[in-house]
Amino acid sequence: MRFAISLFSLLAIASVIGTVLKQNQPYADYVIKFGQYWFTAFKWLGLFDVYHTWWFVTILAFLVISTSTCIYRNLPAMLRDMRNFREQATEQSLRHFHHQAEFSTQGNPLPLLKEYLAHQGFQYRERIQGDSVLLAGKKGSFNRLGYMFTHGAIVMICLGGLIDGNLPLQFEQAFGLKHIETRDIPVSQVPAISRLSVNNLSFRGNVTLPEGSSADVVFLNVGDGYLVQELPFRVGLKKFHIEHYSTGQPKAFASEIQVFDKGSDQPVMTRTITVNHPLIYKGIAIYQSSFGDGGTHFKLKAWDLSKNQATWLPFAGSVHDQSPLDVDGQHLSVEFGDFHPFNIQDAGMSTPSKTSFGGNAVADHKNLRNEGPSFEYKLRTPDGQAREYSNFMLPILIDGRWFMVSGMRTMPNQPYHYLRMPLDPQFTLDGFMRLRAAMLTPSLYPEIAKRFAQSVLPHDINAQQQLIRSTVKELTLFSKDGYSGLSDFIEHNIPANQRDQAAQAYLKILELSAWQAYLITQTQAGQILPKMDDATGWFLRDSLNAINDSLYYGAPVYLQLSSFDQVQSSGLQLTRSPGKNIVFFGSFLLVLGVFTMFFVQERRLWLLLKPGHLLFAMSANRVTLDFETEFTQRCEHLADLIKES
Amino acid sequence: MSSVHTLPRPNFLVSLSIIDWLYTALLWSGALYAFNQYGQYMDSYEKSFLFGFAAIFSVMGWLWKPLRILIVTTVVTSLLAILDYHSDLGRAQHAFFLKYLFASQSAIMWMSTLFVLATLTYWLALVTRSKFAGVVASGLTWSAVAMGIIGLLVRWYESYLISPDVGHIPISNLYEVFVLFSIITALLYLYYEARYANRTLGAFVLPVITAAVGFLLWYAFDRHAQNIQPLVPALQSYWMKLHVPANFIGYGSFSLAAMVAVAWLLASRGILASRLPSLDVLDDLMYKSISVGFGFFTIATILGALWAAEAWGGYWSWDPKETWALIVWLNYAAWLHIRLVKGLRGAFLAWWAVIGLFVTVFAFLGVNMFLSGLHSYGTL
Ligand code: HEM
Repeated sequence: MRFAISLFSLLAIASVIGTVLKQNQPYADYVIKFGQYWFTAFKWLGLFDVYHTWWFVTILAFLVISTSTCIYRNLPAMLRDMRNFREQATEQSLRHFHHQAEFSTQGNPLPLLKEYLAHQGFQYRERIQGDSVLLAGKKGSFNRLGYMFTHGAIVMICLGGLIDGNLPLQFEQAFGLKHIETRDIPVSQVPAISRLSVNNLSFRGNVTLPEGSSADVVFLNVGDGYLVQELPFRVGLKKFHIEHYSTGQPKAFASEIQVFDKGSDQPVMTRTITVNHPLIYKGIAIYQSSFGDGGTHFKLKAWDLSKNQATWLPFAGSVHDQSPLDVDGQHLSVEFGDFHPFNIQDAGMSTPSKTSFGGNAVADHKNLRNEGPSFEYKLRTPDGQAREYSNFMLPILIDGRWFMVSGMRTMPNQPYHYLRMPLDPQFTLDGFMRLRAAMLTPSLYPEIAKRFAQSVLPHDINAQQQLIRSTVKELTLFSKDGYSGLSDFIEHNIPANQRDQAAQAYLKILELSAWQAYLITQTQAGQILPKMDDATGWFLRDSLNAINDSLYYGAPVYLQLSSFDQVQSSGLQLTRSPGKNIVFFGSFLLVLGVFTMFFVQERRLWLLLKPGHLLFAMSANRVTLDFETEFTQRCEHLADLIKES
Repeated sequence: MSSVHTLPRPNFLVSLSIIDWLYTALLWSGALYAFNQYGQYMDSYEKSFLFGFAAIFSVMGWLWKPLRILIVTTVVTSLLAILDYHSDLGRAQHAFFLKYLFASQSAIMWMSTLFVLATLTYWLALVTRSKFAGVVASGLTWSAVAMGIIGLLVRWYESYLISPDVGHIPISNLYEVFVLFSIITALLYLYYEARYANRTLGAFVLPVITAAVGFLLWYAFDRHAQNIQPLVPALQSYWMKLHVPANFIGYGSFSLAAMVAVAWLLASRGILASRLPSLDVLDDLMYKSISVGFGFFTIATILGALWAAEAWGGYWSWDPKETWALIVWLNYAAWLHIRLVKGLRGAFLAWWAVIGLFVTVFAFLGVNMFLSGLHSYGTL
């Protein structure tokens, strides 16, 4: 008994360790967290997979053994006891009961007493000895079954769990019969020593299937590697569906899967599985467990930002793949990351309502907006340096104007810095790209400056020359370092009290030059000439900002997504767990047992009737307050009955 | 006929009164009406739930008479509130009855207020030995429970008004579950209060509920947790509807037992001893509460395993929430063994029951706060 409690405590402590220390993480993470020394110590103790260590299983085994012996010891006595009415009890022993009372009687109360017992749900035996009659009654004896059910259930559940655990695998590993594969190699090259046969009694493995593919193995994660489990069939993913609520939260994941028997091309069945609705085939359950991108194909425009031309090259790639890209004589590599088919943004925080009354159980989602698809990539230079980019496919409305948006960061986990490129009246990037090219082409500066000077000082030739010189200078400064080039210049050449004014003037010059450059580029491109209005004014300012930002974009290329062909993948979990039904049956017994044990009250009572005298004694396997109350009540009942007879 | 037959019968079906049968008839005609109206939209699970609940609540109403009034009142009030919506969620903001009383959020605020008042009143009753204050305190608790139930029922309907695909039973996030916890703990307490005809323990049990209410309010005002959110796919399961309430009967019982244990510990040192029930009664109550809790917690854990087998692909994954459920279960299994097998009573077990509450609270809240895992219904 003390042993049982110790086992409970040990199990509980081991379980606590397992929840505090995150289990089954990559070993590298643990090394970083604890250092090499503690990592080795913890690994030796099995703390990274507590529930499968030999010592944890040993505790469980002891639990099974101790409970079984307890049942074995108690069962025969209990069964005997359940059936026994104890009608052999002597007057002597009854008098020793803690709960007993005596009454003097007239007449013959025996029939009434029998009636009483039957009415109150007691079964009884009658024993006549000389002039005395003993009625021995009992009820609720199957309370004892509760004990057997609960303890039997514990044994069943533990055994079922052991069957489904990986005990055999642990043995095979310990004796070197199986070996964990840690290399990232194609399945076909995984050697036999890391493969588990179709006949493996129980397993729980995962496989990720892109749409249109199939697999006849799953992977079991063990330690810092994996094992390959062969399946008795082949499972293929036709299509993966994901549905969303209007708030963008996922509503349903569904995989349309096909099951093929080995060596056959014809699916035996085609089913849709969803979370909470697995498919069971040949004793193996197939679950929807995760999803991801299975290699969505992109068609892109690679805008060349290195040359001062507004040109792009067609480019293509797929998610989780890399494509080489040569720009400006540089060999770059584009490593595509995730693709997000849509991005729900909460534009403008919903103002929390002040009052606590009123139906504000409903969140205000009026400001939700879908900003369309986005994709991520890393641009790696030959020296191994990489920056991350995250580009939106569709223009985004910001402050009433439309932009193409591209995020850049130099380190993972940093927030992105966004480059916002304004759209021209035709709703394309061309206008901006041409303007940018012009603004970064020094050979064009004299022409731009001339036009600008003529437009503001049409009559003063001398002043024009002056202005042209300074404008060319300013454009050159801007093309090198953007706004900060200008402000550095001002700081070094202009007295402090005139700087604000100068900055205003420089900005004005920059904007009006940009306007001239815009006119030139639009004419060259054969576009209708723009009018100088509010919208154009904003376009010019936004363009200048974007040109400035593009100087810090860190890439000679901007990738614009023109179309995509989405390929999704579905993560399936396949399990075979023959112990499951044993565990479930055990669980059923456990509930039955617990409730029987707690809520069926065992009662025994004895009525020893002698002429003129009644001895009443009562017992239960557990003396509770209810029992005391019941005893008092029964004494009153008996007193009444005796009076009546 | 002898007087034997006038004795209380163990067979209680015979002992039911006209009112019991009227109540049952009302319950079943409600269920049948709902079935007639909406049966074509229900699947077989929902149908069996509908009639299952009619059956369960019939029996519970027979066993504990005041429950009949509670159920009838809350259901009727909720129906009226629902009708008052005229299918327009916006009415919660301006229709008088909804705005100030029965829109889910208002009702839950009333519940919170009433629970706090009840706590104060129970203490007043304990300190002044006032019978009347005790009666008022019980009344406040009953009203709080009623408001809580109405709040949840109306919230259920509101979720469908947002959009039919968002609609779901309101026991799916930490906020809703705290309301459920308050209701269940209060009901368990009220049952024992009637059974032992003693109102003094309210002063001990209600503070736990007030703490829960405090958390609820913080969670609502600070985190806007009261907003109804759609269900993630893993929670879209029938098992949830059984697993969660069973769990909370367990948690509620364990909390109750712990607070009774606190009363025991005080009384055993002579503090408030003259006002509280005798140590034997407290001990008995503690044992009963833990055994009820243990029974339901066992069911809940098993239901969790059945659900996990369907959603995660394995009935037991050693997920932190599961594991802590096991720890709680082992803790009380050990408690019960000590008491039943060793026959131990007294301070040791009382202290243990109090510590048990901390273990339980960690399993319930701490795991969500500090440990990550598959359980997705609520993070802080
Ligand atoms: C988890 C695994 C369990 C183990 C290892 C275990 C072990 C034991 C042991 C060793 C005994 C003493 C038997 C003897 O007299 O030699 C015992 C008795 C008992 N156990 Fe358990 N038990 C377990 C679970 C439970 C559960 C879940 C309950 C239900 C609440 C329970 C209720 C009892 C009762 C009532 C007794 C006393 C039986 C009697 O003598 O009347 N046990 N148990």
